[in-house]
Amino acid sequence: MSGRNLLTLRPEGLYCPDGDFFIDPLRPVERALITHGHADHARPGHGRVLATQETLDIMAVRYGEGFTGARQPVELGNSLTIGDVTVSFHPAGHVLGSAQIAIERKGFRIVISGDYKRVADPTCRGFEPVPCQIFVTEATFGLPIFRHPDAGAEVAKLIASRNLFPDRAHLVGAYALGKAQRVVALLRQQGYDRPIYLHGANERLMRHYAEQGIDLGELRPARAALKPDLKGEIIIAPPSALSDLWSRRLPDPVTCFASGWMQTRARARQKGVELPLIISDHADWPDLCRTIKDTGCEEVWVTHGQEEALVHWAGQKGLAAQPLNLIGYGDDGEAEPELFAEAAP
Amino acid sequence: MNRLAVLLERLAYEPRRNAKVALIARYFKDTPDPERGHALAALTGSLSFREAKPALIRKLISERTDPVLFALSYDYVGDLSETVALLWPSSATSDQTPISLTEVVTTLATAKRANVEALLAGWLDRLDEKGRFALLKLITGGLRVGISSRLALTALATLGEQDVDTLAEVLLGQEPPYEAVFAFAEGRRPRPEAALQAVFLPPMLAHGLEEPDHALITPVAFAAEWKWDGIRVQVSVAGGNQRLYSRTGDDISTAFPDLANLSKQDAILDGELLVLRDGEVMPFADLQQRLNRKSVTPKLMAEFPVHIRAYDLLRLNGNDLRGLSTLERRQRLEDWMAMHPDPRLSLSPLVPFENFEALAMIRSDPARIGVDPDTVEGLMLKRLDSPYLAGRPKGHWFKWKRDPRVIDAVLMYAQRGHGKRSSFYSDFTFGVWRDGAAGPELTPVGKAYFGFTDAELLELDKYVRRNTIDRHGPVRVVRATQSEGLVLEIAFEGLNRSTRHKSGVAMRFPRISRIRWDKPSADADVLATLQAMLPSAADVSG
Repeated sequence: MSGRNLLTLRPEGLYCPDGDFFIDPLRPVERALITHGHADHARPGHGRVLATQETLDIMAVRYGEGFTGARQPVELGNSLTIGDVTVSFHPAGHVLGSAQIAIERKGFRIVISGDYKRVADPTCRGFEPVPCQIFVTEATFGLPIFRHPDAGAEVAKLIASRNLFPDRAHLVGAYALGKAQRVVALLRQQGYDRPIYLHGANERLMRHYAEQGIDLGELRPARAALKPDLKGEIIIAPPSALSDLWSRRLPDPVTCFASGWMQTRARARQKGVELPLIISDHADWPDLCRTIKDTGCEEVWVTHGQEEALVHWAGQKGLAAQPLNLIGYGDDGEAEPELFAEAAP
Repeated sequence: MNRLAVLLERLAYEPRRNAKVALIARYFKDTPDPERGHALAALTGSLSFREAKPALIRKLISERTDPVLFALSYDYVGDLSETVALLWPSSATSDQTPISLTEVVTTLATAKRANVEALLAGWLDRLDEKGRFALLKLITGGLRVGISSRLALTALATLGEQDVDTLAEVLLGQEPPYEAVFAFAEGRRPRPEAALQAVFLPPMLAHGLEEPDHALITPVAFAAEWKWDGIRVQVSVAGGNQRLYSRTGDDISTAFPDLANLSKQDAILDGELLVLRDGEVMPFADLQQRLNRKSVTPKLMAEFPVHIRAYDLLRLNGNDLRGLSTLERRQRLEDWMAMHPDPRLSLSPLVPFENFEALAMIRSDPARIGVDPDTVEGLMLKRLDSPYLAGRPKGHWFKWKRDPRVIDAVLMYAQRGHGKRSSFYSDFTFGVWRDGAAGPELTPVGKAYFGFTDAELLELDKYVRRNTIDRHGPVRVVRATQSEGLVLEIAFEGLNRSTRHKSGVAMRFPRISRIRWDKPSADADVLATLQAMLPSAADVSG
């Protein structure tokens, strides 16, 4: 097959020799194509970065304006030529600005999914399947036990708990990029109109989302509030803050965690979570399987996550399938050392 | 079933007692009879129906999933019921009518064994993930919510004006789904009359004896007894039916068939469950072999013969004796015991004393009056004119434990606590020195998570954070060498041999009695010191 050498694996990450660029490289390189702004995919220090405008903006918010030598914004759906290949970006539905990347040469197309989900998200554009011969899919939740419930119903649980315990704060752990904004947007969709309080580490990106015109309602910094004022309020914090010294400022908090990992009880308990909220920005098992079918691909490469089960499933369906052992990606992509270490078994 | 499943899920994650009560109370308020009554029975472990074996569950799932995908999933989840609940195919059935616990309980009560499989599969098709998990746990007998009867009753009490103790008495005379009990709790109906039942009566508990109480303790006002190192039980007999209850009101009869038929007469005895060999009380470690079992083998019964040492009589032939004084009840108890000799039953003897000082001497050295110090925790002091009062009333009963034993150990590992303490490193593993290949090394001897003040916890937490040298999952490894390390004075009640611990010893009730910021870690105790405190080998193996 002529397309197989379109993409190879190098220590820096996925590499396209014909275009001389990397996708989501783990180390600084001359030319990088970035799928989305999570820290494990978007690293600073490259010579030139090609990404959606939203992703470039997010990188600038996180790393400062000097995060790369040169930036090149790419419109979703538009094609551009790099070396001997044609490259295009397509919505991935993961977080604001997230994209899949298609590489094409002589009618052979390979699509790198990046991280993606299929369910609707008020904070970003929905996933669009791209027909291809080889589909490189993530597999964070690549086991059939992962069937994520409706995120709106999960948020309704949070609101019900807040009503049951009006004297306690509800502290919700959510990754700073994507999950935090989605939880807030979901709360608003469910009609929750009280101010929502933010941990300092969540403020910048939350503000950035709001500036992009996403309706997040009234947001307040938690640091400015007095302990009694936080009774009955919802506070969004990065997961690392859940059991941190920081949480002591809250009145008898109910510890919640919004993550796809909350689907298994042992995992939730291990984190000391009292109210697990199964809200994931990744595709669950049925959606991983559906997406592979939707692309009409002949071959699947499975990366970061539970590769084995998905490779087995694809083999059963008559597709060529192999695990791609990319090291260094994990979970929702936030730098959370303690959670991170346990995230990808 | 779905509402119950959500409740069980919340309870499983909720460490705070008051929050658990609030969750259960909310459920009772929102759920009609008879569903909530069956739920109450499920929570307190008194639900009984035909159970299904794990093999049946495996069969059901293997017919519905790819074996490789099942194996990978089970491997990841680690719990059969949970794996099956998560993996069960989304329902193809058009029947989406909700399933009630009532339906499950009543159907299973009369179901033939051969039909259980089809019934279960049909229910699993109609339930969501939480519902499937709850059903599978219920039906395999593996539901562990960590709820005591008392906690569930506390929630029941919030429905109306009745107190928990009254409800506890009423409940035990009734069968699930307890509609009359709920009606009584809500003040809609008078107290239900039950035929005399083998009920559990809420026990009377003691306060620790404090310095200012010492002057009260005279032989005229108080009786002294040994505080046996066993577990508190109640033998309740009515209409030829006997039940053995734990201190929290859990029915533990089936684990102790060797204590059946202690009395033909209707009676309720309060006493201590002990292991006795040739009339000698054995240490708590022996009794532990008999605890937390659902059933028991003849070998175990022969090896660890159980016995009840009685110290109170609460009901006799339908007469409630709890209003009588301690002195009068003691007289009734002695009379009754004399008329009903049984080798499995003995009277807890009174400890005569002349004055407080003499009693203190006896307490510090039980051997002086022929009692093995390893079998008693100290003394119980009961006011002679007190009635039997449920709960922990002030000024009536005192427990006066022997001074605990103390060692100096070095902090080795720390873990975060739960609930309020989830942001603090509050579970501490400590060790003592022993000779290793490369000189003295620490061997862990126990774990403590109380004994310190909130202010001290802040200091300990800070120390752990500053001195972490490694992490294993949630566990922090704290710097502990001969030259650097934090010495903790550990108080404990007793010491047993243990094959589970590397050090070979296991402490009872260890707690941090002092933080020795001042003490060099090299000066902490050595393992040999602990080993010397062990009961002699002969005492243990009997």
